[in-house]
Amino acid sequence: MSSTQTPANPRLTLTTEGDTHVVVTRRFNAKPEGVYRAHTDPQIIQKWLLGPEGWTMPVCINDNRPGGKMRYEWANAKGHSFFITGELLELEPGRRIVHVERMHLPDPTPDNLVETTFEPDGDGTLMTMRMTLPNAETRAQMLATGMERGMEASYVRLEGLLPS
Amino acid sequence: MSNLDSAFSALGDPTRRAILARLALGETTVMELARPFAMTQPAVSRHLKVLEAAGLIVRRAEGARRPARLAEPALDAIDQWLDMLRQALARNYDRLDQVLAGMKPENGGNPQ
Repeated sequence: MSSTQTPANPRLTLTTEGDTHVVVTRRFNAKPEGVYRAHTDPQIIQKWLLGPEGWTMPVCINDNRPGGKMRYEWANAKGHSFFITGELLELEPGRRIVHVERMHLPDPTPDNLVETTFEPDGDGTLMTMRMTLPNAETRAQMLATGMERGMEASYVRLEGLLPS
Repeated sequence: MSNLDSAFSALGDPTRRAILARLALGETTVMELARPFAMTQPAVSRHLKVLEAAGLIVRRAEGARRPARLAEPALDAIDQWLDMLRQALARNYDRLDQVLAGMKPENGGNPQ
């Protein structure tokens, strides 16, 4: 598929790799310890991992130890909600998180194995999130589903022909 | 893209987006499409008709089967999807920038 950056978001890349991977990279103006903490501390996660406008994250459980449970729930004002569950597999503070997650729609989707690394990059951090799906078909469906959930707001804007 | 409105309208349905994502992997028959989506073949056929009318897919006759594949404009559409996914992620990470900027150094942040 595509491997180009979005001109409007030059710091973010989202690419497909091989048949089963999706790779996201983003640079932050904060040290790896801080970016790591923002990805593991439930109270901080709830402030930013919200997707499109109008959604909140009323439940965020992130039991930060190997084998620890994850449960993230999102809801909007229209009464729609959905959640993911998962398990944390490896945690290297300030450096790396490996976890597995699945969406419940309400049936669980195949497991998505996610490795997130935080590398020093000048004064900041380069985050790389590498997702591994069981097969190409699952990846295609995940991208489509992720679009469904994450893109309604963007989609509406696109229909208005992209005045961003 | 000959008819942008009908293409976007066709893309407004999550099942049709998922069908297109599946077709991105290669030409597929209705039967093969119906399986992962837990849909009946007539239901899939209805979606395919909408996608075909929107110019997103083309179908060819092969006996009784009419395998579908992506039309060229659909490839552009998929690229658009990835762009939209990037935008949704970008919004999250823009929020995270704000959160990080507000974190105290003793909490592991890096005040700007």
